[in-house]
Parts: sequence; structure tokens; C-alpha cells
Amino acid sequence: MDLATLLVQCLNALQYGLLLFLVASGLTLIFGIMGVINLAHGSFYMIGAYLAYSLAPVFGGNFVATLLAGLVLAVIFGYLLEWLFVSYLYERDHLQQVLMTYGLILVFEELRSILVDNDVHGVPVPAWLNGSVQLGDLMQYPVYRLAISAVCLAVAAALYVVIARTRLGMMVRAGSSNREMVQSLGINIKFLYRVVFAAGVALAVLAGMIAAPVTSVYPGMGAQVLIVCFVVVVIGGIGSVRGAFLAALLVGIVDTFGKVLFPQAAGIAVYLLMAAILLWKPEGLFRQG
Amino acid sequence: MAEGNAPLLRARGATRRFGGLTAVSDVALDLAEGEIHAVIGTNGAGKSTLINVLSGEIAITAGSVELLGQDVTRWSQPRRARAGLGRSYQRTTIFPRFTVFENCRLTAQATRQMPWNWWTAASACPLSTTLAREALDRTGLAGLADRTAGLLSHGEKRQLEIAMCVATRPRVLLLDEPLAGMGAEETERMLSLLSGLKEGHAILLVEHDMDAVFRVSDRITVMVNGAVIASDLPAVVRADPEVQLAYLGEVHV
Amino acid sequence: MRALARRCTFPLVVIGLLLAFPLATTGFYLEFTSKVMILAIFALSLELLVGATGLVSLGHAAFYGIAAYATVLLSPKFGAANLFWLLPAAIGCAALYALFVGALSLRTRGVYFIMVTLAFAQMAYYVFHDTKLGGGTDGIYLNFKPEVVLLGARLVDLGKPAVFYYFVLACLISVFALLAVLLESRFGRVLAGIRSNEQRMRAAGFATFPYKWAAFTLAGALAGLAGFLVAIKDGFVNPEMLSWHESGAVLLMLILGGMGRLSGAVLGAFAFALLQLFFQWEVVFGNFSKHWPLLLGGTIILCVAFMPNGLIGVPAQWRAWRARRRPEAARG
Repeated sequence: MDLATLLVQCLNALQYGLLLFLVASGLTLIFGIMGVINLAHGSFYMIGAYLAYSLAPVFGGNFVATLLAGLVLAVIFGYLLEWLFVSYLYERDHLQQVLMTYGLILVFEELRSILVDNDVHGVPVPAWLNGSVQLGDLMQYPVYRLAISAVCLAVAAALYVVIARTRLGMMVRAGSSNREMVQSLGINIKFLYRVVFAAGVALAVLAGMIAAPVTSVYPGMGAQVLIVCFVVVVIGGIGSVRGAFLAALLVGIVDTFGKVLFPQAAGIAVYLLMAAILLWKPEGLFRQG
Repeated sequence: MAEGNAPLLRARGATRRFGGLTAVSDVALDLAEGEIHAVIGTNGAGKSTLINVLSGEIAITAGSVELLGQDVTRWSQPRRARAGLGRSYQRTTIFPRFTVFENCRLTAQATRQMPWNWWTAASACPLSTTLAREALDRTGLAGLADRTAGLLSHGEKRQLEIAMCVATRPRVLLLDEPLAGMGAEETERMLSLLSGLKEGHAILLVEHDMDAVFRVSDRITVMVNGAVIASDLPAVVRADPEVQLAYLGEVHV
Repeated sequence: MRALARRCTFPLVVIGLLLAFPLATTGFYLEFTSKVMILAIFALSLELLVGATGLVSLGHAAFYGIAAYATVLLSPKFGAANLFWLLPAAIGCAALYALFVGALSLRTRGVYFIMVTLAFAQMAYYVFHDTKLGGGTDGIYLNFKPEVVLLGARLVDLGKPAVFYYFVLACLISVFALLAVLLESRFGRVLAGIRSNEQRMRAAGFATFPYKWAAFTLAGALAGLAGFLVAIKDGFVNPEMLSWHESGAVLLMLILGGMGRLSGAVLGAFAFALLQLFFQWEVVFGNFSKHWPLLLGGTIILCVAFMPNGLIGVPAQWRAWRARRRPEAARG
């Protein structure tokens, strides 16, 4: 593999890993703080992608406007969903949470089928990002993919600042390692949970929206991303955003280079990685609590 | 103290660190047969961690543990249990859905497991049923054998906790606050039970109830901040000025 | 003795009905009931894991699908295989994968375990979905159903629907009986103890990992039996048999029927199959019936929310509800 190809694959791995991080961070926070395993988290990603597709004509192809509208909808949706549904899951055991959120997946998939359709769709890359960057003599790399990585990194930085430097972040960190204590300290737990859940949904929806031009929009995308996110969370440790970040990058690298070097083995490289980590450190790399 | 007999359990230099925190620091302990050896200390003194390290539930950072003459420092908890180390828990760990009898029978089954015999019902297992009956007799629960364990009173549950521990016929008993949450009458019953258990066993008792501890123990070890500050006969410990300063000055219910 | 007789009545009645069933019907209903009995075996295998040992696996369909694929892949293209080696071989493949997955995933607990089992099932799914091994997304066909030939003599012809039905029924009864005996054995009681409080079992002297591993492998093998049967019945396998929708469905059967009881697993399989059939019934739902997953999803949510003990727990739930309403009539 020559240097340019290597660089391209590294950039691809970075972009994929960062997108995964966006989705996985929500998943790990929701479980770490509220103790809820939410199988429907992948559906939010799918909803984001289909939102990008459906809202584009509304805003005349203005990508930024579509993104913002989608995010607003996502936050409202997440807030309502937590209030009306997820809040009833906190007291239940894992099996019941798994099944109820599995039911939710079926509902979301069918609603999407009714409201939009079951077809594969493309979403156009916004014109102002539709160029390429020259790498070496023969290779060009799409600017849009770089933009994806940039947005994800910005979000990751913002997450870091919020979690490490704000009061809200402090409550998040405390809740992540000791839920009962945070509750007994009288902090408005209900509000915290609602905010965290809405944020998790927004992150996944954002990921889906910005990924749509690259991955296209298809029905199975939610399930696909969810399972990989599970691997990320297992490797990175539940409740650890830092762990999710590093694990997502690791998964991105293994998956991208796995597909390039061993095309026959295709998607199983990531699972082999998970198996190897389980052999070595069953608690994940950055287990908290 | 039994003369000339090696202690059934011996810990030397037992240390357990959690990152920067040293929960148990260089603890030496001997448990002799026929003795109740109490470990007391304020909250956070490291008593629970010490029991966890001795039972094998958490790994020791440094030091050694010897059980019945064997070095068990690297042994897992189940392995130590099979070698004769029993333990009861501060939070009740009975099986609430099983009967009282089945609770003891199941733990007793650990002594001879025979898992490959899948066609015989476990309730027909002669060894575990005998051991369970003995344990229930010894702890005074024989009359409640068919009751569902979850329906017992708190005191009875604590008794069952001990019975389950005794059912495996261990030589060494590590008892973590068996009197927790008990009223006066239940405490009396439990204390006479513990005294009756001394024969043939070496007992480590972690407790907060000072009156009970001084009544029933043959030796007392005092821990503060993970380290041992005194370890002697009850009368000597009671008179020790360091102990009085660090611990006995507190008010206890 | 009377308690035993009472516990046996329901299963015996059901067995009696199932035995008599082919005499009254043919065709679609016979095939449907065969399929449901196979699902019941699948559900029973998961009950061993989830209900008896408390290990919630979200990847159980992998063993079902692997055995199904093994059945087709190991059968010769131009002739029938002999059941007496094909059946053990198919189950063996499922059991091998269960051994591997169990060794790794049982190192984790709780939510991790759920996620890891799902991931390993997905790995197997991708192997059949993306590689040439499984014929890709199209799946592969079984050309000849296996023969039941012992010492040169042909015993039965599995090609006949009624014969196949009784074969499946015999398998179901055997699996049910095996698990019933196993759960009362020493091994089974240890699993129950692990489910209730694993720490206490370890403190008593049980090395819990080998027990869990054995249960996991056996559960995988029994799921493999179900996969073998369905491969023969349909003559066709495809990667969706390993998908997490299949894993979710079998988990749903358990909670629908009620966990902790073997009869619950069987009841749940029947309930699930009937529910699916009902939601696809165009007579009731008209054009909307093609969106049956929506109704299924909603039903799952409502069932878990209001019937956490499943159908088999409904009588007890009803009694408890009535006792709360009439405190003077409640017994101590």
C-alpha cells in the first residue's frame, strides 16, 4: 500500500470512528447515568439520516438549515420520549428494558416505513463542501468527509468541555459513577435524565444526518450502527465517554483496515477485536464504577 | 487458646490497595480453633476489605494467607471455601425464593458437587440433605425448615445466613456483622449460637456492637485506617489508651 | 405426589392435544403447528439460559442458524444424508460455537453480557451473509431431506408431513423432559442458585464459571436441534435465521409465556406464533396488515409493561389484584 492510499484509509478510519463515537457516546452516557440499555439508540441514527433526506426539500437544499432543524426536532423528540416512555424503564430489570426498547425499534422502523418508505436514498453533498483535496500525485479526498471528521471532533471537544468544566457535566460524572448518591443529594434527577437522554438522541441524530450523504439512507442502517456501537461500549467501558472515544477510533481503524486488507473477512474483524479484548480485559479498557 | 496447635487461619502482612488508597495495611492475624476472634474498628477502618481479602473475594495486593497450613494467597474464593473457609455476609445473601432447608442443602452441596449426575434429583442427594439438617439443628432453625426463606423475620434470616455458612462444614468461619439490625432478644440468641459454634471452629467476627464483642470474644483486634493498632485479650484491649482514644470514645448503641 | 400430579396436568393435556392434532387436520395447520413446536424447542433452549440461570442472551439465534446451515451444508448434493449422523453433526456445530462464545462472553456480566452475545451472533450472521460459505443473502436449499436409516432398514419417511410432525413432537417432548429432570438435578439447582445470588454460591465453594459455560453450551446445542428441524422442514436456510430479530423474537416468546417455567416457554412460542399470524391477518387489519411489526412492537411494549410474568403468570397476577381489592377476603 503506498503512502497516499494509506493516508486515505487512515482518514476513512478516522471519519468512521468519529461518527461511531457520536452515536456511542449517547449510548454509553444513557446507560452509565440512567442504567437503561436502549436498543432503539440505533434507530435515532436512522431517523437522523431519513430526516436529512426528508427535510432537504423543505429547506431548498440548504444543508445547515436542515441540520439545525433536525437537531431541534431531535431534542424535542428525545425530551418527549424520555418523559413518556424511557422514564418508566429505570426501575425495570435489563431483560425488560431490552424487550421494551426492542419493541420500540419495531415501532420506529414501521413508522418510518409508513411516513417515508423502505427504499434506499441518496442525499446530495452540499455544494459548498463538494470538492476534493489533493493527496499525493494520484489521490483525491472528498472535502465533505473531512468536514464530517471536523464536526465530530468539534462535538467531542464540546462534550469534553461540558462534562469536565460545567456544573451539568459534574452531575453527569457523579451520576455516572454513583447514581444513588446523586439522587440522594437532591439534585433534580428527573431533569438531568431528560437532558442527558435528549442530548444522546441529538448526538445520534446528528451523526445520522451528516453521515447520510456518504453512507446513503437505507432501512437497516440503525441496526447496523447499533451493534457496532455495542462493541465500542464493551471495549471502552460503560459510562466512560473517554473510553467510548478511544474505542470508537480503535474500531474505526480495525474495521477500515480489516476491510481493505482482508476483504473476504469483511465485517467480522471488529468482532474478533472484541473477542481479543475480552480475553485480555473483560471489564473493558476504561471501566468505570 | 489451644496449646501447641497451629492457627487454622494465618494472615501475614495482608495489604490491599485500591489505586492510591490503602484499605488494608500490613495486617497480621491468627485464628485459632475454639476461639472467637473479633475485629473492631470505626467505619472505613478496613474491616470489610479484610474479610474480603481473607475469603478470597478480592485479590490481595501484598502479604500472605494460610489456611489449615496451606498457602491459599492465590486461591479463588470457591477453592478456599471447599478447603474449609466459610463466610457470612453483612447484607443478607440467602436465597429468598427457596425454602430454608433448600438454602442450606444447596450450599452444603458444594462439598460434593457431582454435577454430571443429571438424572437424580438434588433433593435426593444424601450428603447435602444430611448436612443441611445438621446445620439447621445447630442453628436452631429446624422448625422453620419448610418455610420460604424470604418470609422469615430479619433475625431468622441472619440465623439462616449463619446456617448456610455452617452447612459446608468449614473449619474457619468469617462472620461479617451477624448481629446487624437485631433487637436485644435476637442478639442474645445469636450470641449463644456463636458461643456454641466455637467448638471445632475458628471464628473471625467483625462487629459494631461493643457489648456483644466484649462478651463473646476470646481475642480482639482493633483496626484504624486499615492498620492494626492492638490485638490482644479483651481486657487488655479495653485498657489500651490508644484504643480508647481512637475508638472506644465513640458512643455506640 | 399431588403437587407433582397437578404440575403435570397442563403439559400432559397439551401433549395429548398435540398427539391427536394430525388426526383432525392436514396441510397448512399441520405445518404451522410443526413450526410452532420447533419454535417451542428453540424457546426451551433459551429458557435454560435466561429463566433457569439468569443469563440474558441476545444472540441465541446464532446457534439456531448455524445448525440449520450445517444441516444443509453437510448434506450431500445428490442424495439424502443419514439422520443418525447429520443430526449430531448439526447440533455439534452449534455446540462448538456456543462453547467458543460462552468462553468469552461469560467473562462479562449484566449489560455487557447482553451486548457481547449480540455481537457474537452478528459476527456469525456476517459470515453467512457476506461470504460465499452460505450462499450470501439468497440462502441455500436442502436438496434432499435426510433419511432415517438404521442398519440398512428405513424406519420412517420424514418427507411425509404427518411423520415429520410426530418426529418434531417427539423431539419437543424429549427436550422438555430432559430439561425438567435436569433442572431438578444437582446441576440444575446450582444454576438456580447462580441465578438467585452468584456471589453466595461462590462463597459456598461452587466455581460458577464451568456451570454457566456448560449451561450456555447445552442451550446452544438445543437451539441447534431446533435449527436442524427447521432446515429440514423448510428445505431452505438464509442468513436472517441468525439475525437479531430472531434472537429478539425468541426472547420475546419467553417473556410472553412467562419465565422460570418450562411450560411458559412452550406457551410463549405458541402465543408468539399466533400473534404474528393474527397481525398479518388481512381480514382484520386490511391493508395495514403489511405493517404488522408496528402492532407487534406495540404489543411487546404493553406485554412487558403490564404482564411482566407472562401469560403463565396471569392467574397469579389476577389473584393478587383481587386480593388487593378485597382486603377482608385476603388470606394471610
